Amino acid sequence: MMNTSFTQVTQSTKTRFGQLGQYGLLIAFIGICLTLSLTTPRFFTVQNLMIIVTQVSINALLAFGVTFIIITGGIDLSIGSMVAVTGVAAASFAHPDTYPVVVPVLIGLSAGLLFGAFNGFVITRSHVPPFIVTLGTMTIGRGLALILSKGRPVSNLSDSFNFIGGGKILGVPTLIIILIVAFIGCSVLLKKTVIGRYMYAVGGNEQAARASGIPISKVKMIVYTLGGLLAALAGILLTSRITTGQPNAGQGFELDAIAAAIIGGTSTSGGTGTMTGTLLGALLIGVISNGLDLLNVTSYYQEVVMGAIIIGAVVLDSMNQKRAA
Amino acid sequence: MIPQPCMLEVTDLTKTFSGVKALDAVQLQVRKGEVHALMGENGAGKSTLMKILIGLLKPDSGDILFEGSSLKAANVHEVLQKGIAMIHQEMLNVPELTVAQNIFLGRETTGGLFRWLNDSSRSKQAAALLAHLGVSIPPDAKVKHLSVAEMQMVEIAKAISNDVKVLIMDEPTSALADAEVTTLFSIIRELTQKGVSVIYISHKMDEIFTIADTVTVLRDGQYIGRYPATDLTENTLIKLMVGRELDRLFPESTTQPGAEVLSVKHLSRKGAFSDISFAVHAGEVLGLAGLMGAGRTEVARAIYGLDSIHTGEIYLKGQPITLKSPQDAIRQGIGYVSEDRKQLGLIPALSVKYNITLGSLSTYADGGFIRSQRESTAAVEVMANLRIKATSPDQPVVYLSGGNQQKVVIGKVLQANPVVVILDEPTRGIDIGAKSEIYKLIHQLKASGIAIILISSELPELLGLSDRVLVLAKGTQTALLSKEEATQETIMRYAMQP
Repeated sequence: MMNTSFTQVTQSTKTRFGQLGQYGLLIAFIGICLTLSLTTPRFFTVQNLMIIVTQVSINALLAFGVTFIIITGGIDLSIGSMVAVTGVAAASFAHPDTYPVVVPVLIGLSAGLLFGAFNGFVITRSHVPPFIVTLGTMTIGRGLALILSKGRPVSNLSDSFNFIGGGKILGVPTLIIILIVAFIGCSVLLKKTVIGRYMYAVGGNEQAARASGIPISKVKMIVYTLGGLLAALAGILLTSRITTGQPNAGQGFELDAIAAAIIGGTSTSGGTGTMTGTLLGALLIGVISNGLDLLNVTSYYQEVVMGAIIIGAVVLDSMNQKRAA
Repeated sequence: MIPQPCMLEVTDLTKTFSGVKALDAVQLQVRKGEVHALMGENGAGKSTLMKILIGLLKPDSGDILFEGSSLKAANVHEVLQKGIAMIHQEMLNVPELTVAQNIFLGRETTGGLFRWLNDSSRSKQAAALLAHLGVSIPPDAKVKHLSVAEMQMVEIAKAISNDVKVLIMDEPTSALADAEVTTLFSIIRELTQKGVSVIYISHKMDEIFTIADTVTVLRDGQYIGRYPATDLTENTLIKLMVGRELDRLFPESTTQPGAEVLSVKHLSRKGAFSDISFAVHAGEVLGLAGLMGAGRTEVARAIYGLDSIHTGEIYLKGQPITLKSPQDAIRQGIGYVSEDRKQLGLIPALSVKYNITLGSLSTYADGGFIRSQRESTAAVEVMANLRIKATSPDQPVVYLSGGNQQKVVIGKVLQANPVVVILDEPTRGIDIGAKSEIYKLIHQLKASGIAIILISSELPELLGLSDRVLVLAKGTQTALLSKEEATQETIMRYAMQP
């Protein structure tokens, strides 16, 4: 029938452009890596690649959290502040010869969990847009970090705490190991579980999701709590790596995380996105800023380039979607 | 009548999408001042043809002559300038602007030193236009406060203000009550008397025979023919559209209703309905009849837990139940197929498979992890049972035709094993082939002992399927009719009552 063949055509074009979009990012990533390898001898060295992944890992963890949230049609601006709050909270319990190392870790994670759950609670109860709610909690979080630390960096942390984000296991930085574990965990949660499917449904059409019997508020509570938990993990790792709990840490991190998710193909209108895309987005940001460093481009220009890449990625994506529609 | 000259002449129009012919040498001749119905099943090529006419798509070959000049290469703006306008199935307006601002959108007048908007003169012009159409819509009301019928009048006013010569209407009555349809038809007749030609697309047969002068039939992108409406009957027209005889649309049912499944007593919701009481039995179809705004959908939403009730009780198999959300309703065995497929039925970006399993996902999961093999098997089975046409279970549901989308929604609801299903306008906007399949499906559900509440604005459909009919008017129930008592006339009488 006409009808079927017509849908077949639109479908096949959609798949083709859709795949192009997915592969496009990978091709761009490989292309940039190749160019940098050829232009700067220092780029393709084990040492430099380790540096990149280490630098990327904090942003990637935050980006995983924000990907869950954006898929449900929400946004979280408070994750950068959460990095500071959780980092300071953990550092306060991480001085040498005080508590075993699990204590600061659990304190930091609990702080992030509570903070994220608070975001989710206000968003689901008040129906105030997530943008506004998390704009508020972003400022609250920054204030809390300054209160907790009395405005001063919390230093003198135990070696075992500093090992979490600064150590190596069998020559591999712990950050990279944690990143890989978190990536696998988040991917499985998003793709293989009931709650992951519900995230797509809520972001794809909230009303229809509700009418299908999906517990909307529960799904939202979970994604914001997850966002808080991943921000706490990032906060602990950052604090451990720089061996200091900084109340000013993480400023602007939320924007880098959102950028990684968006470059990775997550739509800000909700309902689409993958963890692989987000990881690639974070790696792309990391490789480009590393490459610009190696090419001695000043950081001022780096910001301009990064902004242009974000817009370019979204423009390409929406062009693909338009052609497919 | 003196034969009028041809306004619009389409010859041998062909349009190919990636090698598939959506239109194959299609002809269309619209005379001045006639209502020309364009008929065909979904996918016959009507939308493509209209998109080409209004300049959204360019044809591969063929020509479009309008008042002697070719429109083949014209863009949307040029076509509108020439006087061809379309009223879309989905209203395209700016809800926050007023009626007058919407009518003159893009043609605002300014005056004074600072080129300020001159809204008051436009408002007067809009009032005149609307008065001319014989409708009382305040020109300064915000469009978001209008009913669908009123929005449509605004669209028509907009077209007239553009000095329209050919007006294309795509399913204009799909959301209108009978009285509003009558108003619309008198407006159409007035327009045609003034020499405006109307191209009318609808799936409703009775409308075609009421309003159309000429009928052009398309099937699978092919031009089947052009006929004076008086030469056709409903059966011959269906045969031309479908290319085969349909089985009898409403098969006889032999199922005898069983025990009571769901009953409601004195159900009320402020501003929506009051004191509604009825019961529906296993294997029974209870029809809910009423005009637009009678409260049928509102009752359905309350029974499904989408809206709260203020007073009254709901009983399932004799036990009182409370429903706080659709989740509760689904758990109790209540299913709802909404009248609004796009808003409440589907997650467009998700695949057919994921949409089908969405309401029953936990049954394919162990400890929160989805067993994808089990999920796929279930989805493929549903697709086969309901004959859902898709390239694969992984095709995004948004690319399916209306009828197939509707079957996906029904499939999703049935996967949760309901004991009672509410079908709210289950055949709205779908073609006649898909309609007849949905009717057969309703019979299968009946035979399997499911209790069905059917809401439909198409009386032949309601009468053909229901065992009893409950009539609502302005939020109250006015009659509960047996199959023998229920006729179009009695239903209409009770529907208009208080």
